[in-house]
Amino acid sequence: MDSIYNDLNAPHSMGTTIIGVTYDGGVVLGADSRTSTGMYVANRASDKITQLTDNVYICRSGSAADSQVLSDYVRYYLHQHTIQLGQPATVKVAANLVRMVSYNNKNMLQTGLIVGGWDKYEGGKIYGIPLGGTLLEQPFTIGGSGSSYLYGFFDQVWKEGMTQDEAEKLVVKAVSLAIARDGASGGVVRTVTINKDGVSRKFFPGNTLPLWHEELEAKDSLLDGLSAASPEPMVS
Amino acid sequence: MSSIGTGYDLSVTTFSPDGRVFQIEYAAKAVDNSGTVVAIKCKDGIVMGVEKLIASKMLLPGSNRRIHSVHRHSGMAVAGLAADGRQIVTRAKSEATNYEKFVSRHLSCKVPLVSVDTAEAGEFRVLRVYGEAIPVKELAERVASYVHLCTLYWWLRPFGCGVIVGGYDRDGPQLYMIEPSGISYRYFGAAIGKGRQAAKTEIEKLKLSEMTCRQGVIEVAKIIYGVHDEAKDKAFELEMSWVCDESNRQHQKVPENLLEEAKSAAKAALEEMDAD
Repeated sequence: MDSIYNDLNAPHSMGTTIIGVTYDGGVVLGADSRTSTGMYVANRASDKITQLTDNVYICRSGSAADSQVLSDYVRYYLHQHTIQLGQPATVKVAANLVRMVSYNNKNMLQTGLIVGGWDKYEGGKIYGIPLGGTLLEQPFTIGGSGSSYLYGFFDQVWKEGMTQDEAEKLVVKAVSLAIARDGASGGVVRTVTINKDGVSRKFFPGNTLPLWHEELEAKDSLLDGLSAASPEPMVS
Repeated sequence: MSSIGTGYDLSVTTFSPDGRVFQIEYAAKAVDNSGTVVAIKCKDGIVMGVEKLIASKMLLPGSNRRIHSVHRHSGMAVAGLAADGRQIVTRAKSEATNYEKFVSRHLSCKVPLVSVDTAEAGEFRVLRVYGEAIPVKELAERVASYVHLCTLYWWLRPFGCGVIVGGYDRDGPQLYMIEPSGISYRYFGAAIGKGRQAAKTEIEKLKLSEMTCRQGVIEVAKIIYGVHDEAKDKAFELEMSWVCDESNRQHQKVPENLLEEAKSAAKAALEEMDAD
């Protein structure tokens, strides 16, 4: 039957865990890296945090295509806006444009987004733009299928005015907890930190993440056998 | 400066041999004949004042406003043909609102995924909504663009009015002047209309960077009373507005008591000058 091809042809969706967090002086955005088509992982190292402007980035979840196209449109609008304004766009304007596109096309789009960045007027800001196209400015926000497992965690651990280091550690820990429980999230953890000094991207491969309850140590990979020398051909 | 541009002044789409567009210069003359408008940028805001020449005793005082609020944070003072000014103010208000808030044209319209910004061509009037108040610089540029637009086509005539835009946004208080040619510059102090030369001389004497708007109101009143020509024009009404820290960065009429204070100070200053 063609049931084995269903997965491959299914729309690419990013199960995902995405997080945006403000700290004293900027924001930290974090995401997992799994893009799935049904049960098949189409990309295990995808980058779900995309750039809109020099100082504003967006975390994408839901339909991969929808979120990519939306980001492309908003990047284009922001580019024009920056030229006309003569200075970098504010995070608020970027988030508003994302919201306008998301709301006005709600019948066709299925994507939840987190916009985060830094500008000289307001400092670091995070805006959550979930499925219907609401715009909500929050000190931190989580999204994607993996976020369900993080609400209680953040309730307990979140505090205002963290340092950059605390914020980054918090984000990495949260994403890795979600990856442990959510089948649709996995791969590596990517973070983007934005403050007045600019943007800094970090990458945390699976083996650097802590193991949680009942998680097993990674065993030797069968691929290790490839590096061993091949046996001599038999000669008769 | 003025010369008869015989033959080259019939249309705004004709240049003269020495590179001038006479129709635009004639439009500027309409501005020069109107009552003086003075505006200054103080350290904490903008003050604008207009010498409203009273055409008839039957006019209700306070009517025929020459200063309009364009947005919460900015206002516009107009000199020249009043009807043209009205058009410019309406356009500015519309630019300001559309920049910030989504306004649907009718309830059932489908809004396209791609929307074009309110471009200079004026023909594209679709909306890009940014969710924040329009920066004063952007507002001035759009108004200037619109004024300039009307100098490009032979079927349109240039606006016969000059406009001073004063606003207070995140980048501080700013003052722009837009002429009928579509030129827009940013100023510390600006004046248009009949008494502009004398007014500019007076403004240059002021130390604007150390002045608060409260003091600025008094100074502007003095300047307007000073440049008013008693012989040529009889009565006039002083109209003033400000946008400053004290007004909570909102553009509004100068409060009644401060306006009265300014008027009496201005009259007193005049008498001192006359006494000399």
